Amino acid sequence: MSGPPKADGAADAGTRHQRVRFYQVGSHVVGNRLLDPEQRTVQARTDRSNTLTCGHRACRGCGEALGARYVLDAAMRASGGELVAANATGCLEVFSTPFPESSWQLPWIHSVFGNAPAVASGVAAALRAKGRDDVRVIGQGGDGGTVDIGFGCLSGMFERNDDVLYVCYDNEAYMNTGVQRSGATPPAARTANTKPIADHPGNRFGQGKDLPRIAIAHGIPYVATATVAEPHDLERKVETAVGMRGARYIHVFVPCPLGWGSASHDTIKLARLVKETGLFPVYEAVDGEVVGVSKIRRQVPVEEYLKLQRRYAHLFGEHGRPDIVERLQAGADRNIREFGLLDGDEEVQW
Amino acid sequence: MVKSKPYAISLDVGSSLANKTGSWRDERAVYVDRMPPCNDACPAGENIQAWLYEAEEGDGGYERAWRKLVEENPFPAIMGRVCYHPCETACNRAQLDEAVGIHGVERFLGDEAIRQGWQLDPPAAAPSGKRVLVVGAGPSGLSAAYHLIRLGHAVTIREAGTMAGGMMRFGIPRYRLPRDVLEAEVARILDLGVELELGHRVEHVVEEIEADGFDAAFLAVGAHIGRRAYVPAGEAARIVDAVSMLEGLEEGERPLLGRRVAVYGGGNTAMDAARTARRLGATDAVVVYRRTRERMPAHAFEVEEAEEEGVEMRWLETVKSYDGGVLELEKMELDESGFPQPTGETVELEADSLVLALGQESDLSLLEGVPGIEVTDGVVAVGPNMMTGHPGVFAGGDMVPAERTVTVGVGHGKRAARHIDAWLRGGEFDPGPRPELAGFDKLNTWYYSDAPATHQPQLEAARRASSFAEVVGGLDESNALFEARRCLSCGNCFSCDNCYGVCPDNAVIKLGGPRERYEIDLDYCKGCGLCAEECPCGAIVMVPEEA
Repeated sequence: MSGPPKADGAADAGTRHQRVRFYQVGSHVVGNRLLDPEQRTVQARTDRSNTLTCGHRACRGCGEALGARYVLDAAMRASGGELVAANATGCLEVFSTPFPESSWQLPWIHSVFGNAPAVASGVAAALRAKGRDDVRVIGQGGDGGTVDIGFGCLSGMFERNDDVLYVCYDNEAYMNTGVQRSGATPPAARTANTKPIADHPGNRFGQGKDLPRIAIAHGIPYVATATVAEPHDLERKVETAVGMRGARYIHVFVPCPLGWGSASHDTIKLARLVKETGLFPVYEAVDGEVVGVSKIRRQVPVEEYLKLQRRYAHLFGEHGRPDIVERLQAGADRNIREFGLLDGDEEVQW
Repeated sequence: MVKSKPYAISLDVGSSLANKTGSWRDERAVYVDRMPPCNDACPAGENIQAWLYEAEEGDGGYERAWRKLVEENPFPAIMGRVCYHPCETACNRAQLDEAVGIHGVERFLGDEAIRQGWQLDPPAAAPSGKRVLVVGAGPSGLSAAYHLIRLGHAVTIREAGTMAGGMMRFGIPRYRLPRDVLEAEVARILDLGVELELGHRVEHVVEEIEADGFDAAFLAVGAHIGRRAYVPAGEAARIVDAVSMLEGLEEGERPLLGRRVAVYGGGNTAMDAARTARRLGATDAVVVYRRTRERMPAHAFEVEEAEEEGVEMRWLETVKSYDGGVLELEKMELDESGFPQPTGETVELEADSLVLALGQESDLSLLEGVPGIEVTDGVVAVGPNMMTGHPGVFAGGDMVPAERTVTVGVGHGKRAARHIDAWLRGGEFDPGPRPELAGFDKLNTWYYSDAPATHQPQLEAARRASSFAEVVGGLDESNALFEARRCLSCGNCFSCDNCYGVCPDNAVIKLGGPRERYEIDLDYCKGCGLCAEECPCGAIVMVPEEA
């Protein structure tokens, strides 16, 4: 199994011609008028839940708002609308529920910053006690609430194999409080407290947490990474996860125009490029074993990704740091080797 | 703000729908239809993107595609065979993998229409009571007649020859355009009620207009006179011009060319003549051209097909004299400006006949003495509305200054018909502003997968040289469908749902229904531009809001 397995196959189905791809875009665009509705993404449907509806106060081009809707709409569909979400404090909570308004169109509970996984575990326990095994539970939060503040609760949830799908929307810093470094901030990125001053290249190398791998190390039933650039892939992973029991974890890469200093219209492009550079490997793991990776389709050097963001501006120009760009490229190359992200590469198990 | 509410409650309890985030916006997304490069390049003004869109649906889509196509051009089966498809040269897909094989799909649709017996819609316009004379039943005249009758006018075509088709019949050999195809597409136009008078040579156009009570005329007499060159020749030398030879063949003559045939010229007609000579039994068919291959006016694929059939090419040579079955050729060399200059060095070439393919001229005798007519370099000057200097007399096709192709002629006929219609009604035809070109830079090509073109089967060369059977085969249904679906739909929405999916604010409304598109919900659109950036085909633009 490799790549986004259903996408191409789905486009082939329903036609008597072999490998006729509708407009040749069936596997990449959101929908397609020639495809059977069941083969389009949930996002293509006029009856999608819009779990996160209009009027929310996310910034222009917010990747997290997009990612949350993709995930929850897919989960609503997969669970037949029987879904509860526990949401950590953070951007996603703040922009969606300024009292007394709410953008949520599903049962939704706000936890404190650090305990969304525990609240979700509690909701799951309560449902079990009531014999409601038809209702599925999602815990969700940003990278700060997940990899740092909520980490203990999350690890416990994994360890107990609680029946929760936890989704982290990773925008690589504490955005809500003013763009401070989190454990998911990548090396060399500028944040409010990792400023590139003198020899300091922004965030340091070698520190931080790779939560998808930590989750895999817990041996839980399902772990996946995804980006907002490929809704077919993301929705398939959500559907897979909702169809399973026990602790499951999906890590969604969601660009942040405000915190990254990128154009609001580049949100999806950045999510596409981060995968195509190899900086963010997209894969899934079952029971602690990597079982599928999304191959790079058009490989690009990391510069193409970095240059679109002001948080990396100090690496370029007259006083640029090509040495650091090289280290970042080396990291991408390591991912490519390790996960076999290019065609023809062997898939590596670890 | 409601003052009576407790502290910290400033809004009614409820949904965030109350919060109209559209007020944040400084740019708005606007759906546009840009000009696809194929349409932009089509001399007949076909809406290629639109008919491919229909064809992509397969099954019932083919007839819709065909009907969309014939709104602009009544000859899909002919076009798909003889047009030099500038659309494909312009196609954006060429920069991804290969251009969409538009002509193959067009031909498939045209052939399908003939197979299925699809008929043209009867004229929708009410009869205008006006009568228009069309002179010449070639592509341009037939196209004009078709569009004029659809616009409500009565049309009479007067054709000097004994058969309709013009250069489609007398210039294009049947191995490129089978006559049953030609006849089927011409008959469909006549079935609309166009009157065709064969064997009627118009001697003086203004006199006929007046005598027979026409309100306007469209002249499309073509260019049927082969240009001669002075070649000192002996008594027995057999010299024919290519146009007469091809015409004679069409009328049932079998030109006696002999076994070794030399063709003088480098255009498409020279290729046709040489390939025809091979089919008539010539063992050697040699094209003599004074410049180089790169500078030949013939299209590359015609030269290639000719070579495949055993036609020999001789570059940089001119014919000096012809006597006793021997041609004296002088070698040429290109000067700095690329013009061939004689070298004085000569060679001999044995040839039983010499076919001259040095270009064609128009017989403009029907315009002699007509006031206002301006003739320059053997062609009639017309305005942008295709009208000559004589009011009510329009002209197009090979007899006016333009590239001489079937498609250009068809385009002239359409354009002239629209202007004649406006002129007869006392107005002016306004084609409207031309949309901005949907160039390659307008596309987000990430969304398109690689899909190389399908190629039409070709009759193997050995069989070609001995028969006039059609050389290039058609695409079958599955190939045509595949090819249609390779279209990138440049600049025009194809309902991929990307905008609807990628909006973080749910501010794109999907109108639903297979044909319906989308609308921006300006109450909530924050103007992030994601929809425009992620539109594969460049059909959304961001427009600044007024301050």
